[in-house]
Amino acid sequence: MKTSVVVFPGSNCDLDVVHAVRATLQTEASLVWHEDSELPEGTELVVLPGGFSYGDYLRCGAMAAKSRIIGAVRKHAERGLPLLGICNGFQVLTETGLLPGALLANRSLSFICDYCHVRVERNDTPFTCMYGKGQVLRIPIAHYEGLYFLPAADLDALEREGRVVFRYCSPEGDVDERFSPNGSLNGIAGVTNTRGNVLGMMPHPERAGESLLGSSDGAVLWRSLHKWLEGSLGK
Amino acid sequence: MKPDFREVGLKESEYRAIIKILGREPNTPELRILGVMWSEHCSYKSTRPLLAKFPNTGGAVVQGPGENAGIVDAGGGWGVAFKVESHNHPSAVAPFQGAATGVGGIIRDILAMGARPVATLDGLCLGDGNSAHTRSLAEGIVKGIAGYGNAVGVPTVGGKTIYDGCYNGNPLVNAMCVGIVPLDSVVSSKTAKPGQLAILVGSRTGRDGIAGAAFASSELTDDTRSSRPKIQIGDPFVEKLLIECCLDIHSRGLIVGMQDMGAAGITSSSSEIAAKSGTGIVIRSDLVPLREENMKPWEIALSESQERMLLIAEPENLPEIERTARKWELECAPIGEITDDGLFVIMDKDEMIVSLPAGMVGGSCPVLPWPSRKPAEKTIMQRTAAPSADQPGYILDQLLGMLGDPNLADKSEIYHQYDYMVQTNTVIPPGSGISVIRIRENGRLIGLTMEVDPWKCDIDPFTGAAETFLKALRPLWVSGAEHLAMTNCLNYPSPENPENFWVLSRSVEGFAAVARDLVCPVVSGNVSLYNESTGSRILPSPLVGVVGLYEKTENLLRESTLRDGDLIFLAGTSGATLNGSHLARRTGMEPISTPFDYLPEREVAFMRSALKTSRENLASSGRAIAGGGLLISMAKTCIASGRGIRLDIPVSAKLPELLFGEGGARALYSVPPSCENQFISAWSGIPVIRIGEAGGSELSMGTVMNIPLHHLEQIWRR
Repeated sequence: MKTSVVVFPGSNCDLDVVHAVRATLQTEASLVWHEDSELPEGTELVVLPGGFSYGDYLRCGAMAAKSRIIGAVRKHAERGLPLLGICNGFQVLTETGLLPGALLANRSLSFICDYCHVRVERNDTPFTCMYGKGQVLRIPIAHYEGLYFLPAADLDALEREGRVVFRYCSPEGDVDERFSPNGSLNGIAGVTNTRGNVLGMMPHPERAGESLLGSSDGAVLWRSLHKWLEGSLGK
Repeated sequence: MKPDFREVGLKESEYRAIIKILGREPNTPELRILGVMWSEHCSYKSTRPLLAKFPNTGGAVVQGPGENAGIVDAGGGWGVAFKVESHNHPSAVAPFQGAATGVGGIIRDILAMGARPVATLDGLCLGDGNSAHTRSLAEGIVKGIAGYGNAVGVPTVGGKTIYDGCYNGNPLVNAMCVGIVPLDSVVSSKTAKPGQLAILVGSRTGRDGIAGAAFASSELTDDTRSSRPKIQIGDPFVEKLLIECCLDIHSRGLIVGMQDMGAAGITSSSSEIAAKSGTGIVIRSDLVPLREENMKPWEIALSESQERMLLIAEPENLPEIERTARKWELECAPIGEITDDGLFVIMDKDEMIVSLPAGMVGGSCPVLPWPSRKPAEKTIMQRTAAPSADQPGYILDQLLGMLGDPNLADKSEIYHQYDYMVQTNTVIPPGSGISVIRIRENGRLIGLTMEVDPWKCDIDPFTGAAETFLKALRPLWVSGAEHLAMTNCLNYPSPENPENFWVLSRSVEGFAAVARDLVCPVVSGNVSLYNESTGSRILPSPLVGVVGLYEKTENLLRESTLRDGDLIFLAGTSGATLNGSHLARRTGMEPISTPFDYLPEREVAFMRSALKTSRENLASSGRAIAGGGLLISMAKTCIASGRGIRLDIPVSAKLPELLFGEGGARALYSVPPSCENQFISAWSGIPVIRIGEAGGSELSMGTVMNIPLHHLEQIWRR
C-alpha cells in the first residue's frame, strides 16, 4: 500500500501514522510537504494527520485547507482513491468542502484526551471492510474541537445516505448522548463523502495500533485499506 | 540616567566586586546585564556550594550538570536527556502564560542537547484545594500546560499535583521534559571556536519578559500587575516548528553548538557558550530581528521573548541553515561571532555598548554565604483526636474522607486535558504512581516518576527529603525498573532567613545521601527561591524527578491488574508513621519534629526483592505504598482493577499506623497462589505478610468495614 502522509506546519501525528502503517503492514509511508504540488507517484492512500496545523490559528484546519498540496489531494479523491483525515485532518477536510459539516468546540469547553468507544456503522468502505458491522472499537480521542455539527436538514440527509461510519457508543455498543465525549450530533465520530472514499474521523486509529499501548483496534483500519486497495486495483 | 545598583537587584558587596573585576564602574547596559546574570535565578549564587554536594557521575550518567540538561545511557546507543525547571513566579501572576512558557522553556533545554523531546511531566503545588481562588488559578495553569504541550506535540505523561494552604499566594509549577538523543550526536555548549557564527533562529525579539530572571529572584509583592511586563508570552506553534527545524539542522551536522534562550535571553545563551568554551563572543544587536521598534541594545540583549534558539556554526553552513529555517517559516539571522578575546561584547552598529569578561557574565558570580540556623524544635504536642481503631466506623470514615481529599482523589480532570498519547509511545499513562514510555529507537521502556512532599520536609528536612526521593524510586523498582539518575527542583522561601537556609541545606543533604547510597546521581536541576508573598511562604518543597530503565518489556509489572483469587501481600512492614501523614493532617494531629527512618541498606534490599519479583513474574500486580498509606493504595488498586479485596488483618491498637501510616519501603502485591512460595522466598530477609485475598466487588475487612467498589470510586472521583 503506497501511503502519503501530508505534513503541514504544526502537524504532530504525521510520524505516528507512518509508524502505525509500518507496524501493521510492514510498509513505509512517505511524508509529503504541504508546499509540494504533487503527491508521490503511485500514491494509493493519502492521510491528513492530526495536530495543530498552523497552530489552529484563525480556525482549525482553515489555513491548511488553502495550502498548495490540497489541489493534488483533491484530485486524488476525485479519482476515487482513499483519503483519510484524522482529527485535525478531519477539520481540514471539512474546511476544504470535501466533507460536509464542521467541528466545533467540545461541549465541556476543555481539551479531552481519553479512550472512548466507537461503533462501526458501515463495513463496506475502504477503511472499514475488515471490521464487523456494529463492532465496538476502543480508540483514543485527543481534541478541543471535535463536536461534529451540521444543520438539521443536512444531518438528516447524511444519515439517510448512511454516511456515518463511526459513532461514539458505550463499551456495549449503545449510542446515546451520554457516551458522546464531545457532544457531537448523533454521536458522530466519523463520516464519508457520497462516494465513500473520503473519511474524516476524530478518533486516532494510529494511536490504537498496539496492545502494549492500550488497544490494537485501530490496526484493522490499515489492514482494511490494504485489502481494499489490493482488490480494487486488481493486484 | 544610570540606575542605582540596588534597582537592578545587586547587593553592595556585589557591586564592589564588579568594580574590582572591571577596574572601573560598569556603564548602564553593563549594570543591567550583570543585575540579571548575577540574579539568583541565573547564577545559583545562594546554592552553588550546596549543589556541589550532589554526586553527579557514575552509573549510567553520560552528561551531568553544567549543560542544558543531563543525559543517561538507555542502551543501544541511545541517551535519555532530562531536566526539571520551575516557572513559579510567572505562574503566580499569569497562570496560563506562566505555565505555558514553563513547558516551552524546558522543552527547549532538552532540544538544546540535540534530543527530540518525547515526554513532559508537571509538578504542581497548589493552594487550598477547596478554595475558589485555587480552582481558578489551577484552571489557568492546567489550560496553559495543555494549550502549549498539546500543540507542540510532546505528550504530558505524568507528574504530581498537591494542595496545601501554604501555596495560596505562591503556586509552584515545575516542568520536566525528557528527550531521546543518539549518544554520538549529543550537542555541547562547550565546543565553540573563534570564527564560528552565532545564529538566532525562531521568533522575533520583543520587549516581553525583560529582566524576568531578576523578577524570579525576589519575593512576590501585592502589586503583581506591575510584574506583568516581566511575563513572557508563548507560541507553541512556533516552538513546534523550532523543534523540527533545529533537529533537521542538527541531523545534517550543520552546527557545533546550540543553546536555548530562556532567562536573560541572548545574554545568557551567548555568554554561557563563550564562558564554557573559553572564548569570547560579540553580539550585534542591530542584526537581531525585532518585533517592536526603538528597542535599546540592552533590552534586546535581555529580552525573554520565547521560542528562540542560538546556534553556533561554521560560516560556510549559514546558507543551508538559513534555507532550512525558511522551510520551517522561522526567522534566522547571524547575530554575532565567537572571538578569541574572552570578552562578552555587544555592538550596536559601530558603537560598543557592552564589554565584559565572558566568565563574569555567563560563568560564575561571587557566592552569597547566607547564615544558617537550626529552627527551634517543634514542641511535642499532645495528639488531639488520637486515632483509635476500636471506635466504630473510625477506619472507614478516615478512608472515605481521605479518598475524597484533593490530594489523594482522582486527578483525571487535570490529565485528560493533556494529550498524553501523541508520539504513540505511552505505555502507562498519567494516573499511576509511575509513567512509562517506550523508546521506539531501541525498543526499551523507561519509567518516569515525580515526587514532592513538603509536609515531611517540614518536619525534618534531611530525612523528609530522603523520603521524598525514595518515594520516587520505589514505584520504579516495584514496576520492574532500575533507576538511572535524577533531576530536582529546589523550591523554597527566601534563603536570607537563616532558618530557611538551614532547612534548604539539610534537605539538599538528604537528596545527596540517597543519590550516593542508592547510586542515583543528580544530572540536572533548578533552584527556585523566594517563594513568598505577603503573609505566606511555602513549606520546603524540593521536587524530584527520576528516570528508570526496564531490562525487558515483559518485566513491566503494573499497579492495578488484580486477578480474582490472588493473595494480597504487604512487603516491608516497618518505617510507616502517622507523623506528617495525610491522616495526621486531616485529623489535626500536630507534627512532631522527629526524623523519619532513613535506612539505605533496607532500601537496597527492598529494591533487589522488588526487581526479582517483577523479573520472575511472581506477582500479577504491585504498587509501592505512597501518600495516604496502605489502605488508600489498596482502594486505588481495587478501583482501577475493578476487583475487591478481602482483608484479613487482626484489629489492634497499631491498626491506624499500619493502614494509614506513611513512609518506609513498603509495597502491596497481588500474588497468584501458584507463586506464593517463590514470592515469599524472593523477599527473604524482608518481612512480608499475607493480608488478604482478591475477589468480589467490595473492599472489606472483617467487621471493620465492607464497602462496595462503586461507592469507593464515586467518592474518589469526587
